[in-house]
Amino acid sequence: MRSIAEDDLGTPARDSDGTLVTLTIDGREISVPAGTSVMRAAALADLKIPKLCATDQLEAFGSCRLCLVQIEGVKGYPASCTTPVAAGMKVTTQNDKLAQLRRGVMELYISDHPLDCLTCPANGHCELQDMAGAVGLREVRYGYDGDNHVHKYVPGKGTVPNPRFVEKDQSNPYFTFDPSKCIVCSRCVRACDEQQGTLALTVQGRGFDSKIAASVDESFLSSECVSCGACVQACPTATLTEKSVIDKGQAEHSTVTTCAYCGVGCSFRAEMRGEEVIRMVPNKDGQANHGHSCVKGRFAIGYATHKDRINTPMIRARITDPWREVTWDEAIAHAASEFKRIQAKYGRDSVGAITSSRCTNEEVYVVQKLVRAAFGNNNVDTCARVCHSPTGYGLKQTLGESAGTQTFDSVMQADVIVVIGANPTDGHPVFASQMKRRLRQGAKLIVADPRRIDLVRTPHVQATHHLALRPGTNVALINALAHVVVAEGLVKEDFVRARCEVDSFEKWRAFVAHERNSPEAMETVTGVPAGEIRAAARLYATGGNAAIYYGLGVTEHSQGSTMVMGIANLAMATGNIGREGTGVNPLRGQNNVQGSCDMGSFPHELPGYRHVSNDEVRETFEAEWGVKLSPEQGLRIPNMFEAALDGEFKGLYVQGEDIAQSDPNTQHVTASLSALECMVVQDLFLNETAKFAHVFLPGSSFLEKDGTFTNAERRISRVRMVMRPKSGVGEWEATQRLSNALGYPMNYTHPSEIMDEIARLTPTFQGVSFDKIDRLGSIQWPCNEQAPEGTPLMHVDEFVRGKGRFLVTEYVPTTEKVNARYPLILTTGRILSQYNVGAQTRRTENLTWHSEDRMEIHPHDAEVRGIAEGDWVGVTSRAGDTVMRATITPRVQPGVVYTTFHHPFSGANVITTDNSDWATNCPEYKVTAVEVARVSQPSQWQQRYREFSERQESLLPTHDPSSMAVR
Amino acid sequence: MKQARRQQGVIPIRPVPGANLPAGQRDAVLAAVGSHRDRPGNLLPILHAVQDALGFVPSDAIALIAFELNLTRAEVHGVVSFYHWYRGEKPGRHVMHLCRAEACQSVGAAALEAHVKQSLGIEFHGTTPDGAVTLEPVYCLGNCALGPNLLIDGDKLCARVTPARFDQLVGDMRA
Repeated sequence: MRSIAEDDLGTPARDSDGTLVTLTIDGREISVPAGTSVMRAAALADLKIPKLCATDQLEAFGSCRLCLVQIEGVKGYPASCTTPVAAGMKVTTQNDKLAQLRRGVMELYISDHPLDCLTCPANGHCELQDMAGAVGLREVRYGYDGDNHVHKYVPGKGTVPNPRFVEKDQSNPYFTFDPSKCIVCSRCVRACDEQQGTLALTVQGRGFDSKIAASVDESFLSSECVSCGACVQACPTATLTEKSVIDKGQAEHSTVTTCAYCGVGCSFRAEMRGEEVIRMVPNKDGQANHGHSCVKGRFAIGYATHKDRINTPMIRARITDPWREVTWDEAIAHAASEFKRIQAKYGRDSVGAITSSRCTNEEVYVVQKLVRAAFGNNNVDTCARVCHSPTGYGLKQTLGESAGTQTFDSVMQADVIVVIGANPTDGHPVFASQMKRRLRQGAKLIVADPRRIDLVRTPHVQATHHLALRPGTNVALINALAHVVVAEGLVKEDFVRARCEVDSFEKWRAFVAHERNSPEAMETVTGVPAGEIRAAARLYATGGNAAIYYGLGVTEHSQGSTMVMGIANLAMATGNIGREGTGVNPLRGQNNVQGSCDMGSFPHELPGYRHVSNDEVRETFEAEWGVKLSPEQGLRIPNMFEAALDGEFKGLYVQGEDIAQSDPNTQHVTASLSALECMVVQDLFLNETAKFAHVFLPGSSFLEKDGTFTNAERRISRVRMVMRPKSGVGEWEATQRLSNALGYPMNYTHPSEIMDEIARLTPTFQGVSFDKIDRLGSIQWPCNEQAPEGTPLMHVDEFVRGKGRFLVTEYVPTTEKVNARYPLILTTGRILSQYNVGAQTRRTENLTWHSEDRMEIHPHDAEVRGIAEGDWVGVTSRAGDTVMRATITPRVQPGVVYTTFHHPFSGANVITTDNSDWATNCPEYKVTAVEVARVSQPSQWQQRYREFSERQESLLPTHDPSSMAVR
Repeated sequence: MKQARRQQGVIPIRPVPGANLPAGQRDAVLAAVGSHRDRPGNLLPILHAVQDALGFVPSDAIALIAFELNLTRAEVHGVVSFYHWYRGEKPGRHVMHLCRAEACQSVGAAALEAHVKQSLGIEFHGTTPDGAVTLEPVYCLGNCALGPNLLIDGDKLCARVTPARFDQLVGDMRA
């Protein structure tokens, strides 16, 4: 079912480079881009031609025969959806003959369709019903008792079963498939093919036998369906319907907002009844997602109203005490007095805060402001520390700006796509669908990943090269690729001379040209055949527009920053930057990780990536904020942990982040948290971190707040409140109250005022305001006088830093090495249905697809250890051990095991170590030496965890054992 | 531990496509894929080759063909189910295609059809209990001047078939 708020123009827009065609439709003259269909042209002239199989999200198909028109000088009655406009064309959309034809078609449809409109979930928003009205259907001469798909039993024959009748498929947790209501318009099949690119659906049989089938006529759940919901959105009838609509009825209003899951930042329409969300429908006008979504954004929002949510502030003196529900005033006063007491006793630097990449820019901004202005230090860090901090550093050093260079749409002009250490089909599914569309059009693909991710080979997509390197050897690989570019004369000399620092280039050229960086020399290090590297490098350098997309497989290494620089070097050397279809594109993990970094969440940077030691910058902030700021860099997250263990750091304010689950070496983290005298956690749930907290401030979900998120393409989009905060207080407001209680006044009355302040203080955000975002839909920063409507493509004529800088990227192996005791390398990643620590998705039906984390192991490694599919295995590293079940798969290479970290009990981060990136301390999640063995019981850590977790749950005021998320 | 040898090639997926196919059928499917893989529009010739070799397109072959051509199972299933020619079950030793098109009907095909069904004791798409004959309808064999027509085993076209001639043909088959 299409959004209740969108007009459907019937066929997609055409980009004709400005060529317009003028025609006359029902006497109205209209000019439209060449290639536009007659149907769309008519819709643009406010004329509605009846249609069923056409929708503007899909290419025209021409099967329903309802949109027939008459065109002067053309024989017969062409379908307006498949007929392109021509200059001077004279179209008639309505006359007696057309009406008669359309009525005839509708009669046939309705003769094989149930007449239960009043009790049908699509009632009020059914296109079939609308069309019956539009064509003036008054009778169905064929009756309803003939051959049909509608009735369970043959009409008039008692309980003789109707062989054409198929029961409703309710296997998917979020939507149902009722073939009896299907008109076989194939919109669902085409949505799955064109939009999602999974091609899980088909039309089975032909003629009157035709039926929509998932895979080989299976249930939706057992088919290849990834539950993106594109088919549900495309369906014109109630055949594919959200269960929420079946349960609750049609929405009555809709509000445009931005998804709070991954860094793609899809725009959605929250379709509402009062303050209740009926369903989420991706926004056709969304500039990042163009009306597409994934299973998380569209369906997994149940956490927002989950019974586990805590909506009343709570405090306690010790973490062994029961929580006590208090008023907001009391909680804030208590937290403030504790922070003040700690600072008085242990010094100004003994407290700090961690901001969340899931919160809005405005919320993040006020937290870092609180730290700098109210705490009077720079002890603020963010979860980007553990994901993309090397991106910020590496790209700033080379290109001059800590962000991706392109829009997502740029991929449609790429000829060669390089995916390094990212798994877009799981981590960034909506962008992956766009990338797959480009790959189906013929772009070449190079994947560098230790694991055979789906993109390596999936229907209609096959990577030309899969560089299956050993974990931890990224830099060796990028140097080898660069070596080929330099040694084989593939450097784009003009570009380098004109745009880059030539000295730095020459130094880099000499470095990578060295024999030790050749693919042949690096083969023993990376494990990738030299010939494969050479071929991939040639393809990247000479294959046309080449774009690099990378993820945490690049950053979360001891040489994460080096690798980011290596990628930028390679892009500059081959001239693959500064124009559409190219670029260096970090796929940001969380919805607002770009934004939280932009907002000055790092201990060394004020908003806009400006160093705290820069007097001039600090003075601007001091003038605006009316307070003296510290020029000293503050503590990073790992430094906070160390300082806590040393007894120097005693108070922490954690905004919507679960460091106890997401940060590496869990036991080290929890020991540090236990050493704090006051931890304030602001979250939706009693998350793992909150179990160590003294003050709990209830947070609000993205549905309950106004603000902005900034996605991986620097796109600032609005988040709009569709329901009031369940705790009664918005998150920014809670931070503001805390600041006021600490003695530093903040007096915002609305988040838009916070953005206005950000704009005043941050050159790249100078032109940003809520009003402008509302007007433009979204804005890609930098947005200022030079670029009043934002900057989709960066570094066009020159790099942000002026000349691009090449940096020498010597490969230094990680100290985390395999040996006889720990012979395997563990690497971690994500899965489509779950998100990050799972606090949200574990509280939704997405558990249907992934109810536990599993350890992927190669059949060879499994065999020598006697491990069978589904066995419980103990995973031991130098940092700790845990137990999970094994999945045997050759997706991972021998010597490598892989797991996800979505469930706290899995303890994936109990195993990961304290190693981190040399420049930014981003943890080396992707390389941990481990041993794996069959076991019969959970690890000691897990037993302790379960005990601790159950005790903490029991300390909650309204304890309900059934609500525990812990197994 | 030393790094074990590297795996090359494509991702094996689970369940392994075509894992349930008997070895002979699997080989036939792979041979069919092998001989037509590189031509444009390869799916129909492959399905024909499979049916020619095995007499039918086993349902487990769909996943294997899809995997080999890097298509989805849904796509292959859509094509197989669209064409009535492709059969999902193993047929009898002989397959008879009886023409039901207008020209043959005008010269007695309907009566012949009744006789055929009655004497074989099966409906269209059925196979006789002794496994000798599978009966299929066909709509025009291009031999309209000489109806009613019957095609045996895809290559033997019999014209002006009468009930008696039919009985004789079946008798020969069963002999």
